[in-house]
Amino acid sequence: MAVIKTENLSYVYGEGTPFRKIAVDNVNIEIEEGEFVGVIGHTGSGKSTLIQHFNGLLRPTSGKVFVDGEELWKDKSKLRALRFKVGLVFQYPEYQLFEETVYKDIAFGPTNMGLSRDEIDRRVRETARMVGLSPSLLEKSPFDLSGGQKRRVAIAGVMAMEPKVLILDEPASGLDPKGREQILGLIRDYHKTTRNTILLISHSMEDVAKHSSKILVMNNAQVFCYDTPQRVFHRANELEQMGLAVPQITRVFNRLKARGISIDEDVYTVDFGRKLLLERLKKE
Amino acid sequence: MIKDITIGQFFPGKSPVHRMDPRVKIVLTMVFIIMLFVADKIWGLLIGIAFTVFAYAISRIPGKMILKCLKPIVPIIIFTAVLNLFFIRTGKKLFEAGFILITDDGVNTAVFMVVRIICLIVGTSLLTYTTSPIDLTDAIERLLSPLKLIKVPVHELAMMMTIALRFIPTLIEETDKIMSAQKARGADMETGSIVKRARALVPVLIPLFVSSFRRAEELALAMECRCYHGGEGRTRMKQLKVSCVDFVAVAVTVVFFAGIIVINHLV
Amino acid sequence: MSDFIQAKNLKFSYINEIEEPPVRTEVLKDINLEIHKGEFVAVLGHNGSGKSTLAKCFNAINIPESGTVTVNGLDTKDEDNLLEIRKTAGMVFQNPDNQIVATIVEEDVAFALENMGVEPNEIRKRVDEALKTVGMYEYREHAPHKLSGGQKQRVAIAGVIAMQPECILLDEPTAMLDPKGRAEVMKTIKQLNREHGVTIVLITHYMEEAAQADRIVVIDSGDIVMDNVPKKVFSQVSTLKNLGLDVPQVTQLAYGLKKAGYDISTEIITEDECVEALERILADA
Repeated sequence: MAVIKTENLSYVYGEGTPFRKIAVDNVNIEIEEGEFVGVIGHTGSGKSTLIQHFNGLLRPTSGKVFVDGEELWKDKSKLRALRFKVGLVFQYPEYQLFEETVYKDIAFGPTNMGLSRDEIDRRVRETARMVGLSPSLLEKSPFDLSGGQKRRVAIAGVMAMEPKVLILDEPASGLDPKGREQILGLIRDYHKTTRNTILLISHSMEDVAKHSSKILVMNNAQVFCYDTPQRVFHRANELEQMGLAVPQITRVFNRLKARGISIDEDVYTVDFGRKLLLERLKKE
Repeated sequence: MIKDITIGQFFPGKSPVHRMDPRVKIVLTMVFIIMLFVADKIWGLLIGIAFTVFAYAISRIPGKMILKCLKPIVPIIIFTAVLNLFFIRTGKKLFEAGFILITDDGVNTAVFMVVRIICLIVGTSLLTYTTSPIDLTDAIERLLSPLKLIKVPVHELAMMMTIALRFIPTLIEETDKIMSAQKARGADMETGSIVKRARALVPVLIPLFVSSFRRAEELALAMECRCYHGGEGRTRMKQLKVSCVDFVAVAVTVVFFAGIIVINHLV
Repeated sequence: MSDFIQAKNLKFSYINEIEEPPVRTEVLKDINLEIHKGEFVAVLGHNGSGKSTLAKCFNAINIPESGTVTVNGLDTKDEDNLLEIRKTAGMVFQNPDNQIVATIVEEDVAFALENMGVEPNEIRKRVDEALKTVGMYEYREHAPHKLSGGQKQRVAIAGVIAMQPECILLDEPTAMLDPKGRAEVMKTIKQLNREHGVTIVLITHYMEEAAQADRIVVIDSGDIVMDNVPKKVFSQVSTLKNLGLDVPQVTQLAYGLKKAGYDISTEIITEDECVEALERILADA
């Protein structure tokens, strides 16, 4: 069953003013439970606006949004409960930390859900472990941590709400290569253990290519395509035309193909490219 | 979008009024205020109205902007009118019912005061409609610069104003973002008592303060890197120059002012 | 002529005075580095390696604890040199929002020149030139907060080049930008280096950006661990990975093939080189 579904979803900013702008234009999409979806699109393509509809932060100008089969905005009193099913981690989430201790900050979401103290404690400790924060850090002030640790606290704060869908907007931005790999690694591990749906918004095609089971490409307020990485990168030329940078490795293989070397498959990770080349070299 | 809001009420344009030196504009606005208070008869005020209408006409500010600037002071206008109408008991009796007594003096004064207030607000608003906040800050800095002699930190105050103007939109955007983030964590900012709502703001205000301090620190560093060392020895790219437009404006204002004085004596 | 920027036995520590007793963290241990005029140097290193601290030693924001740093012959320790050094080595920071002072683009670009006491007509001329160089001249009367990240960063660069510095230090200028903004900024930086001969020190986390430099300096816990042309630096794939860094994808691929026993250079850092090399080994096989 689709855990998130939209029907003719549109969103217009500044209706009736000279700044009127269609940010999301008639989007119909169904995201299956358990997918790891990479969301790409350049700035202003509508991807951020679209995902803010998935947990009811924005109300559609027209159209419907369903979460776990229930329609958002149909009954406003239910909105908050439905919002807990979709966790949203904004870009640079460390700037939303505010509590005195790491523990309290991670507990903020679960407390708002009205859970019991024991349940909150279990969740805080479990998610802290999951994001690689040692128990000794829990009683520290979040403002005393390093940049990378702060970000983990912020991510844990959303994971602790145990949402069915976890949306992360550029979770690795501003980090060094190792930091990037660690954050993306923990998201992948979280996906493996919980089998919850993940939506990962990223500018890095390399990251999206490496981790996603499906890719959603937004362009000009519309869904350009929603498909497997294999099929999406098959349209590498179109992606480049809309100003998206395809992975370097994809470009290399496409250029080889253009030079008349027959390569049947679409390559979008280094590992796969190497495997493909090695098999080919051995055969010949 | 939230970032499209404009600060102040500047209405960009290229009219003669826009092109005036902001310093001259500020001084003439003050002269205008004095003019309104010098006028002691409704006829004198009519000249003030004429002046206002004339200034708006050449600045090409749309008429609806006049209504917009009056909206917030409607209660004051009504209050003034009522006060003068009912409490002035001299002059010829026009209407009487119980304790209510309305006289011709009352009516005259009420009209006079209301017209004066409207004129005052509409006229001074033209300054902010035709001058960008940055030009205003700039002009104030230069007009006040003699105060430097008595150790008033004029440059520093103006710099603070500029930075505040620069960062207001940035901080509004940031507030919006933090609010969304906390809402996504289940913070409830829309329901409950005032106390509860005030408390719900803590998760927004603390991150906002923290980030403002970080911004302030980074900005200070960036300013230092660009050789900022206070107002001493500083030059400005945009030189304020008094031009023909300003002389004409001064002349026109003097004519109107003279008109008021003449009318005061004649009527 | 001596080297443009020279660091000799440079040591630097941060002192946290809030703690009791004050805590001292040694950030730069013993740095010896020379940067030549007109060079494009990329500085790599993981977060906390000391690379930002180093850059801030080059324009007298940080003053060495011991050792010396000279910029164009001027010692950063000497307070009298301060403004001259800041004029010579301008700095651009990571967050474009936090380095723009004025509410109008051209006013911001003029900021440094106004501080330096330059004549108004000269300011106007230099501001226009700087804005044209970064391709933001049409936006000169815009409000900075309505620009995109890449545009804001170009305005910040214009604000620095208006000072006509001989060197620009950029501290992760692309970290907060999208790929389009990143490309715009990189293009501007390269153009300044190639066409205007400006010395560039670029701190970055993006290996593709570092690959475009003339020279890469790798810093790890306050020491310089590598200093060479990009080809040589990136050929050390495993060393870089151990330092928490990465290599371009094409280098990674070549390295993988080399390890499997194929005859391919590990000094491949561009797409062109990779395509050539792959075509050759596929043809040989």
